[in-house]
Parts: sequence; structure tokens; C-alpha cells
Amino acid sequence: MAGSTLASVMTDDGLWIDARRRLLGNRAAVAAAVLVLLLVLAALLGPLVSPYELDQVDWTLSPLTSPPSLDNGHWFGTDSNGRDLFVRVWAGTQVSLLVALLATAVSVVIGVAWGATAGYLGGRVDGWMMRVVDVLYALPYMFFVIILTVVFGRSLWLIFLAIGAVGWLTMARIVRGQALALRQREFVAAAVTLGLPAHRIIARHIVPNVLGTVVVYATLTVPQVILFESFLSFLGLGVQEPLTSLGRLVAEGALEMETAPWQLLAPSAVLAALLLALNFLGDGLRDALDPRQG
Amino acid sequence: MLGYALRRLLGVIPTFLLIVAAAFFLMRAAPGGPFDAEQTLPPEIEANLQAAYGLDQPVTVQFGRYLAGLAHGDLGPSFRMKDFTVAELIGRGLPVTFGIGAAALLLALAVGIPLGLLAGLKQNGWADHAVMSIALAGIAIPNFVVAPVLALLFGLYLGWLPVAGWEAGSLRHMVLPVVTLALPLVAYLARLTRGSLLEVLQSPFIRTARAKGLDPDVILRRHALKPTLLPVVSFLGPAAAALLTGSLVVEQVFGLPGVGRYFVQGAVNRDYTLVMGMVVFYASLILALNLLVDLVYGWLDPRIRHD
Repeated sequence: MAGSTLASVMTDDGLWIDARRRLLGNRAAVAAAVLVLLLVLAALLGPLVSPYELDQVDWTLSPLTSPPSLDNGHWFGTDSNGRDLFVRVWAGTQVSLLVALLATAVSVVIGVAWGATAGYLGGRVDGWMMRVVDVLYALPYMFFVIILTVVFGRSLWLIFLAIGAVGWLTMARIVRGQALALRQREFVAAAVTLGLPAHRIIARHIVPNVLGTVVVYATLTVPQVILFESFLSFLGLGVQEPLTSLGRLVAEGALEMETAPWQLLAPSAVLAALLLALNFLGDGLRDALDPRQG
Repeated sequence: MLGYALRRLLGVIPTFLLIVAAAFFLMRAAPGGPFDAEQTLPPEIEANLQAAYGLDQPVTVQFGRYLAGLAHGDLGPSFRMKDFTVAELIGRGLPVTFGIGAAALLLALAVGIPLGLLAGLKQNGWADHAVMSIALAGIAIPNFVVAPVLALLFGLYLGWLPVAGWEAGSLRHMVLPVVTLALPLVAYLARLTRGSLLEVLQSPFIRTARAKGLDPDVILRRHALKPTLLPVVSFLGPAAAALLTGSLVVEQVFGLPGVGRYFVQGAVNRDYTLVMGMVVFYASLILALNLLVDLVYGWLDPRIRHD
């Protein structure tokens, strides 16, 4: 990779050590990484720390809607049904993170396989495979995911499958570009000369060499998926009761904002912080792993 | 140029047919018929209903009929809003959605491009860092968070603008929806313009202009500006798609009677024909805009059309 010393080019893990040094030197990215870590920890531990359960109605309150308070243990207040918002926000974050990770994994697997195959094989196969990507790219896919939820009902699995299945396009394009360059390299020629079949060359020589780029774009895919899921949930087409998600909480909060603004502000703040931190981290990773793009 | 235009046009047709086919067959693959949710009907009435909507025909015939209807702008009746056709609902909502979207696009262009130029000219200065941080926030923070927070701040606490609602011709009702829609576009445009300007400023013809001793202002206006704005033109296609998607949220939050609200209502009520018709409508709109952008781009930049 450009910008690295000769020694680090020669060693096996040079890129990664190099990238780590660059990433640690980027203060905004480090801060973002710490914030992401804290939010993930809060999402995992929050519901355990609070004395309340996700769908437990606190009948001791009167009225049921309580503003944030340290005394009664509702640190973010309660929603209109008297349920603890602190627990609901972090449980919602868990759902958002889970959907994001699964959908990103689906899109990475499809995108890398498609892009590496097209790029390595090149020629007419490449042309057709990329034509498919171009056509799918032109689809307004938010609307297609909405059709899917109308047809098959609303479920968590459907959402992450649908997002993952359309999210692979960018990944395929990027990986394909890299693979096109890689197939000209000597070590690939050597592998061909040795008689390795194409699928082995793709798996052993092409894919490992595009991993840096894949990591960067996977990191940038995660906040996009979170956004997508929250968008659907906000419109009432995503996650359904008894589960909740950040988008759903924002939608519920927006209905009550005149009397109980904390119901809007708590999930909004967590969602905004999570998305901002992930985007900053992704930008930092891109600068670290792929200096030419920065 | 004509050949280029024809090639682009031919490229759009399979995409359009794919969209229509995907929407149509997905709807037909849905478990259960559209009338299952209501009380059980006598078989004769059910058969009449099926016949009235053409559902007793083979799927391929139904698809053919749908395509034929499309050819003269007939998107079929709405299953849930019994007295309306899909085309009527779109016709009602379109002026609102279109007005808000166009205003947001103009606002975004008027604010985003100057901000990007400013950031690019003062690269790594404080103005650059400020603009880019705000831009990242504008991209990262979703409009369904921005919309209610703005309504809370300017509508409820400050009382400057109406919280929600719509009166035809009332500018005060347009401000918050338009600003909400424009914000992410401002952010994208600022980033895009900045990156493009930085790239252009490094090209040889700018170096030549500098070497000739031209005034920096003249270099910017006469030489750098046009190539800098080329990527902005190609961004207008995705921007239109983003505006349409954003209008789903904005119309919901601010209670505007636009196309997006019918679409979301249709999706929540599982109104098959309405959702399908609207997807076809949105898709053709986006395809048409993309095609237009491609043509303009090819006209502005000869390198593209000779590719």
C-alpha cells in the first residue's frame, strides 16, 4: 500500500500494523472508537443494571409518565405506558446493532464473492455481472424493502435479509475494482501457472488482498443499516412489539413531545451519537487502511 | 450525442420492466388474497370480487393487463380506499411533495455549494474543519430525528413556526419540512463540492493558469468552477431519490398531504395495489430523472458520451 515503508511491505502483516499506527494517530477516530465501545457496552449492560424490565409497567407511578429521575430509578423517565425508558432505549440499541451486524455480514459475503469473481474472471463474465449490479443499483431499494414488508409481514429476519441483500452492491463494485488490478499481479500469474483452479485463486489470493478495503466499507455499512432499520421502524414498518428499536422509540417519542420531550430526546440522542461515532470511525479507518482514498 | 442519448434510453427500458415485474410478482406472491382479512364472504360474492379486479385470470394475463394499463397511465384501483384509483391519489399528493422537494433542492444547492467551495479553498483551515464536521453530522443524523427535534424547538419552545399541518400557499408551513429535507443534501453537496474542487485545483491546467500569474479569483471563476460542479450534476439523480425517500418521513412528521403519506398509509394497511402503483411511479420518476441527468452530463462533458 502507498505510504508504507519498504520493510512493512515486505512483512506479512505490514498493512495492518501500519494502519493501526495511523488510526491511533487520528484523535477523532480514536474518540469515535471509544464512544462506539461505550455505547455497545451500555446497550449490553444497561438493561441488566436497571431494576426494571423491558415491558414492565411501573404501577407505583401516578401519572404513569414520569420525567427522568434518580429517585424512582427511571433514569431516562418512562414512556406513556409507564415503562422504563432507560431499559427500552438500550434494548432498542441492541436490536439496532444486531440487525446492523447481521445485515452487514450478509452484504459482505455476497458483495465480496460477486465482486472478486467478476473482477478476477474479467471480460464478458465481468461485463454481465456488473450489468446486473448496475440495474439493481438503479432501483429505489427503500421502496422495495417496503414492498417486502407489505407482502411478507413485518419481521426482524425479513428486515435484515432485505437490507443485506440490497446492501452488497457497493461492496461488489469496490471489490471488483481491486480484483481487476490484482489479477495483473505476478503472484496471481504464478498461481495460474501452477495450475490452480479459478475458485482457489479467488479464495486464496484475491480475497485476502482486498480485506483492508472490505473492512473499511463494512464499517461504513453498519451505520447505513442502522439508519435504514430505524427509518423503517419509524414509519411503523420495522421491528414490532414486544421488541423495540431506536427508530420506533423516536417515533413514539415524537407523538408525545409536547408533554414529555424526554421520550423523544433520549432515543434521538443515543441514535445520533451512535451514527456519528460509527461514521467518524469509518472515515478514520478509510484514511488508515487506504491512504490514497483520503 | 444522439447515439449516446439512444444508448442511455435503451439502457433504462430493461430496468423499468424489471421494476414493474418485480413489484407485480412480489405482490402476487403474497400469502393470502387481498380480501382475506375481512369477514368471510359467501363464495359467489368472493368470485365476483375476484372477477371485478381480474384476479380470476392467470397471472401472466394479469401482468399483461397491468402493463397495458400502465401504458396509458392507469395504475389500477386502491384496494383499501375504495373510491379512489392509485393515479388519483398520486395526482392529489404530487403538488405538495413536488413543491417541498423542489424548494429543498434549491435551498440545498444555494447553501451546500458555497459551503463546499469555502471549505475547499481554505483546506485544513478552521472553516474547512467546521464545515466538514457539520456536514458529517448532517449526513449521520437521520431526518426522522431532525424533524421532530426541529418541530419541538421552533414550533413548541420558540413558537416561531407551526408545529405541523399544511395550508396551501402558506410559506410558514413549508419552512420546517423544507429545511429538514434540505439538511442532508446540504451536507452531501458541501462534501462533494469540496472534494471535487481540491481535485480540480491540482490539475495541470490550473497550475498553468497560476504560472501565467492569473488572479486567484479569476482562476476560480473562469477555470476551476465549471469542472468542479460536474460531479454535482451527476449527484442530482441520487439527490432526487433521497428527496423522495425523505418525503416519506417529513410528510409523516409534519402531517403534510403528499404522496409519501399515502404510500406509508398504504404500506401499513397492506394496500397492495396502492403500494405497487406508487413504487412503479416512484421508480419511473427516479429513472427519468437519472436519464435526464445522464443526458445533461453527456452534453456538458464530451468525454462521457464518447466512452
